[in-house]
Amino acid sequence: MSTPVSAPLFEYLCRMGDNTLVLGHRISEWCGHAPVLEEDIALANTALDLIGQTTLWLDVAGEVEGAGRTADKLAFHRDVWDFRNLLLLEQPNGDFGQTMMRQFLFDAWHLSQLTALKGSSNEQIAAIAEKSSKEVTYHLERATDTVIGLGDGTEESHSRMQAALDLLWPYVGEMFLSDDVDAAMVDTGIAPDPATLRPAYDKLVGDVLTAATLTKPQDDFAHKGGKSGKRHSEHLGHMLTQMQWLQRAYPDATW
Amino acid sequence: MYAQMIKSTGEGVKSLDEMDPQERAFQERINAGGKIEPKDWMPDGYRKNLIRQIGQHAHSEIVGQLPEGNWITRAPTLERKAILLAKVQDEAGHGLYLYCAAETLGVTRDQLTRDLLSGKMKYSSIFNYPTLTWADMGAVGWLVDGAAIMNQVPLQRTSYGPYARAMVRICKEESFHQRQGYDIMMKMAQGTDAQRKMAQDALNRFWGPALMMFGPSDENSVHSAQSMAWKIKMNSNDELRQKFVDECVPQAEYLGLTVPDPDLKWNEERGHYDFTQPDWDEFFDVLKGNGPCNTERLAARNKAWDDGAWVRDGLMAHAAKKRAAKLAAE
Repeated sequence: MSTPVSAPLFEYLCRMGDNTLVLGHRISEWCGHAPVLEEDIALANTALDLIGQTTLWLDVAGEVEGAGRTADKLAFHRDVWDFRNLLLLEQPNGDFGQTMMRQFLFDAWHLSQLTALKGSSNEQIAAIAEKSSKEVTYHLERATDTVIGLGDGTEESHSRMQAALDLLWPYVGEMFLSDDVDAAMVDTGIAPDPATLRPAYDKLVGDVLTAATLTKPQDDFAHKGGKSGKRHSEHLGHMLTQMQWLQRAYPDATW
Repeated sequence: MYAQMIKSTGEGVKSLDEMDPQERAFQERINAGGKIEPKDWMPDGYRKNLIRQIGQHAHSEIVGQLPEGNWITRAPTLERKAILLAKVQDEAGHGLYLYCAAETLGVTRDQLTRDLLSGKMKYSSIFNYPTLTWADMGAVGWLVDGAAIMNQVPLQRTSYGPYARAMVRICKEESFHQRQGYDIMMKMAQGTDAQRKMAQDALNRFWGPALMMFGPSDENSVHSAQSMAWKIKMNSNDELRQKFVDECVPQAEYLGLTVPDPDLKWNEERGHYDFTQPDWDEFFDVLKGNGPCNTERLAARNKAWDDGAWVRDGLMAHAAKKRAAKLAAE
């Protein structure tokens, strides 16, 4: 039975866990197909970190919900409308540049979010943030280097990175939208108001894009509907079809 | 393992008396259990053989990512997904050490990669088989990594220093891989009827190909004799295959699964299991490129390489700009 406090907290934890689950899945699709061996290793490593973080977030979500659902149950037995990840993260990988631009735009937000969560009034959340922020610091460092290297590389790599930025920029705004769940988190000292993270994000992203010789799109239009679960893109259903097939085809099996 | 059908470039094993003083000193050092290091003199044949063997091993690790990568996005639990990711990441890491070991012999990773992509160099035949169910992740870990370990543990004592040292680290990780594979099989074997069926089916499909991983019988092979004299091959193919069968049969029994060999039986006199040889015609077909997945595997690697060209070029161009800027500032 949900209490008024636990319902938004459950929602918030699903947002964190679904972000890492969905992005971890996307990155793991690269396995064995990266441009160079070092990138294969780095992508697998990032995916591994994100799947580990998913387990931590969704386990706590299950506890908070109090309905006996484990992280696995939440990951593999919810449908599209119950997912709370950002739309940015379910976008297809595209080329390597698109994958790394998505990673950079998310990592910059993710790290600032986790850094704030280290001071959360909820001890479990603070502990997860402490552990995850170490991993995500490295993710951001690597994504930054790659965005700069490819943005300021050849003419082709530059134009591909600019195209990736133009394509993904409309998904940035959703990370900073505040809603009732966020308000409840702010009231209880659990998490920051996402809108407050925007200025530092804009500064960081602006600096990196300048170093990468890339131009930030003028239009700040933002697609929304992922973190609220109101309207995901068509891509998420296909991802879940693959991710959840085994569990749904053999529901009585343990693995 | 992962290096089948390496033909030695030697003409047969020379006796110490037939060797010139330099070669004799080299062979005596090996005989005494010494290590050969990159800057040491070595016969051309030794160098060429090692490049082929280490290169083939490295390529196997790289192509080997594909059949397992095939199940990462469909792993049944978050923990299994994480373990599989870690395993595939290890394999890419093994590829990296091995390419580095090969580079100490004077070949570049780019050259070896080109030879893989053109089909000039081979990788282990096992990776040309498809992974069709989740139980295949168990069978690959248990049998394929298990067979690899059989060969790689002795290679920690191989005569070429960089190869031996790479193998030490690889072996530690491989044994974790094998255990996780067997753990998947245990869960499946103790699971529902459908899971047991998947487990048996996986064993049925991977048993023969796993036996082939040791390569055909090398009795009387000049090539093997030379490689063994150089200590870049430590045991005969048949010896390792027998050891593998002896180890796997009780493991299969423990799982309650049946090894797909009606003639398999314990031979008291030999102290080993008698078993049926795998289908060597199939093996040679796979080597020729006619395995179930040869075309797809090579196409996937070629696509990754071609699609990644702009990334490699971009990063190189950026690094060159940075170097130039640094020089200009000095």
